[in-house]
Amino acid sequence: MKKLTTLLAATALASMMASAAWSKTLVYCSEGSPEGFDPGMYTAGTTFDASSRTVYNRLVEFKHGSTEIEPGLAESWTVSDDGTVYTFKLRPGVKFQTTEFFTPTRELNADDVIFSFERQYKEDNKWNKYVAGASWEYFAGMGFPELIKSIEKVDDLTVKFTLNRPEAPFLANLGMDFASILSKEYADKLEADGKMELMNQQPLGTGPYTFVAYQADAAIRYKANPDYWGGAQKIDDLVFAITTDAAVRAQKLKAGECHIMPYPNAADVSGLKEDPNLTVLEQEGLNVAYLAYNTLVAPFDKVEVRKALNMAVNKQAIVDAVFQGAATVAKNPIPPTMWSYNDAVEDDKYDPEAAKKMLEDAGVSGLKMKIWAMPVARPYMLNARRAAELMQADLAKIGVEVEIVSYEWAEYLKLSSDKNRDGAVILGWTGDNGDPDNFLDTLLGCDAVGGNNRAQWCNKEFDDLMTKAKATADVAERTKYYEEAQVIFKKEAPWNTIDHSLVAVPMNKKVTGFVMDPLGIHRFDGVDIAE
Amino acid sequence: MLRFILGRLAVLIPTFIGVSIIAFSFIRLLPGDPVMLMSGERVMSPERHAELMNQLGLDRPMYAQYLDYLGGLLTGDFGSSIVTKRPVLDDFMQLFPATLELSLCAIILAVCLGIPAGVLAAVKRGSWIDQTVMGAALVGYSMPIFWWGLLLIIFFSGYLGWTPVSGRISLMYFFPPVTGFMLIDSLLSGQAGAFKSAVSYLILPTIVLATIPLAVIARQTRSAMLEVLGEDYVRTARSKGLAPLRVVGVHALRNAMIPVITTIGLQVGVLLAGAILTETIFSWPGIGKWMVDSVFKRDYAVVQGGLMLIAGVIMLVNLIVDLLYGFINPRIRH
Repeated sequence: MKKLTTLLAATALASMMASAAWSKTLVYCSEGSPEGFDPGMYTAGTTFDASSRTVYNRLVEFKHGSTEIEPGLAESWTVSDDGTVYTFKLRPGVKFQTTEFFTPTRELNADDVIFSFERQYKEDNKWNKYVAGASWEYFAGMGFPELIKSIEKVDDLTVKFTLNRPEAPFLANLGMDFASILSKEYADKLEADGKMELMNQQPLGTGPYTFVAYQADAAIRYKANPDYWGGAQKIDDLVFAITTDAAVRAQKLKAGECHIMPYPNAADVSGLKEDPNLTVLEQEGLNVAYLAYNTLVAPFDKVEVRKALNMAVNKQAIVDAVFQGAATVAKNPIPPTMWSYNDAVEDDKYDPEAAKKMLEDAGVSGLKMKIWAMPVARPYMLNARRAAELMQADLAKIGVEVEIVSYEWAEYLKLSSDKNRDGAVILGWTGDNGDPDNFLDTLLGCDAVGGNNRAQWCNKEFDDLMTKAKATADVAERTKYYEEAQVIFKKEAPWNTIDHSLVAVPMNKKVTGFVMDPLGIHRFDGVDIAE
Repeated sequence: MLRFILGRLAVLIPTFIGVSIIAFSFIRLLPGDPVMLMSGERVMSPERHAELMNQLGLDRPMYAQYLDYLGGLLTGDFGSSIVTKRPVLDDFMQLFPATLELSLCAIILAVCLGIPAGVLAAVKRGSWIDQTVMGAALVGYSMPIFWWGLLLIIFFSGYLGWTPVSGRISLMYFFPPVTGFMLIDSLLSGQAGAFKSAVSYLILPTIVLATIPLAVIARQTRSAMLEVLGEDYVRTARSKGLAPLRVVGVHALRNAMIPVITTIGLQVGVLLAGAILTETIFSWPGIGKWMVDSVFKRDYAVVQGGLMLIAGVIMLVNLIVDLLYGFINPRIRH
């Protein structure tokens, strides 16, 4: 009888859906399955596209297509003079989504904000471990547990964050996915029903799209949120068709089975550009690929040696071979699209003869070294093995014998951060929040030695600039510090900066309003399909 | 017969324990751990790493972890995914019907084409038909699945536009799963065109997945038939003046089927291995892709649980094959 009832219910729902099916629907061929729908617990962009950028909002948002901060759920904020107290005024009248699984009875208030953050660091909070293995890696990785002193409700629409120290990138951090605001009312309902795990399966927020269903590894369905505070959407339904293989995604796009696809194969891009029904948007990604020397180990502790090696490598040839031109040669550790990029810095010129001489002058001969090649493709480095081979050939010309090594990815990440590591490592970074601190201090700061600082490079002058830049909210002043830091970086050459890759998004020409995002986010608010 | 079945079932117990040990240790032999991969490219501090390992119980001695795991298995608890935080069994039950549906269609196609092709090649031994069938079987057997799948997509979906590129059904059809089998659910949905859409999405993955088993079955059928066709009783049947179709179809084929059934049974493992690639190419939401993703993410519980469940399915199929022998050849029962 139960089966019959299920069957009848399914049939009824199906006929209901059939009548509603295929209204104005945008299909996005996504590159993978979301790990879950609670963005606080994850670090992957695939998961964020499917959860935080569709269903949720944050106190502040990145402007469409930029890394600039704009008001989100907070319509305004003030920062205390000492930079440790941030007071946010929440936008009044923001409604949480009404879904088949929950109907909210109240609008967004300070309780929701406090709930969304406290669950990520207060171990006595019931939501801190609401599913087996719950952990808050971005929150921890951005240093929030040590940074946040308290979060208080001033009134229903005012929240005060008190920090343990001034932290200029704090606002940009609040625009990140882990800082999405969830509904406390929904959480309370799930808790009362004993179904807390559904928070990670049936998300409910204030964002432009309402979650409808997730068909595991196949599709995610959303419908436009009619109550969205940012205005009505132009499409009715949004579907993520999960298609893991890039070549197949391209075929689906050509066949009209989806409207937009991310991460095409570099080799497919020219073919996609030639298709009369398609258009390919391209933008410099907020990323950098680099070769990090271990500056604690001889002879790489000598600046002249590092400089000589940098000068011996033809980076343009790497960009041409690995990216078929879809990248630019990098000279700074931050990408050119980021504020404070110092264009006045001059790159180490490709000059094998001068490099050879410099190496001899440094008293180094018969140098043998290892280059670590990543075993996986990343947007900033599509084929590290190929890049390493090109470097190997270039360095052979100045008498340096290179052995290429590689490890399984997780092992690679771990071993490459070891202070005693033997060899130079190819790796890269994609920005989290558009703040230069997220590149410069995260990857080159003294605190990151033995961790994200793969060059194990600690320069006091550079580090002092990082500290000063964090302590002030004045962008002009911060820009000055970061520009200076880039000069020091170039002079000291802890890395050979390789490339900043272009990110391409092929789409059907009928799609309008889609804007590429420097942070690699795929957002669908404001997107339309021409009739 | 009951003793025969019980005997076979008894063998399954040590096999099951053996598989559980292999499944448990296999994933742990790989370098890296799931905690390290949680933070992406950002390096996790050693303190945080230790804290999370402790939280997940991964810092305990291996034997203690294994005993816990075995205890869970006995109560039907396969653990929860470190990544999705969902129970492994729930994910498996959700995804397995897709793999099963595709595998069944592939094996049916392989059997329906492979056996007649093998019989034909044997009967026409040495002729151009034989050579063509065996040549095609050799090509099919050696076909790299990924390349083959992509080639079919480019030709049939891209160039001719006859079949959809990937997925299980057109996205315009949306209904909650009842059985998990798309062909059945599309019929139950009552939505016009849903069944036809589900069939069209099945065609290419079925062909790709069936290619290797089809080749193997055709070759095995041919060699088994050749052996049987040379037997005295076949000669006797022929000399009695029985129709050639009856001699081949009834007398020879039935006896040639035993090694062929063994081969078909063994193809279940091949199908599941092939499903990993086929599912990836065709975005088919089955357990193949699920398992591969889990290996990359060192999702111990999923890899262990998935392997156990897949091994269970293979053991079950082998049991059925064993029992089928008994029906086909009564001497085996004794």
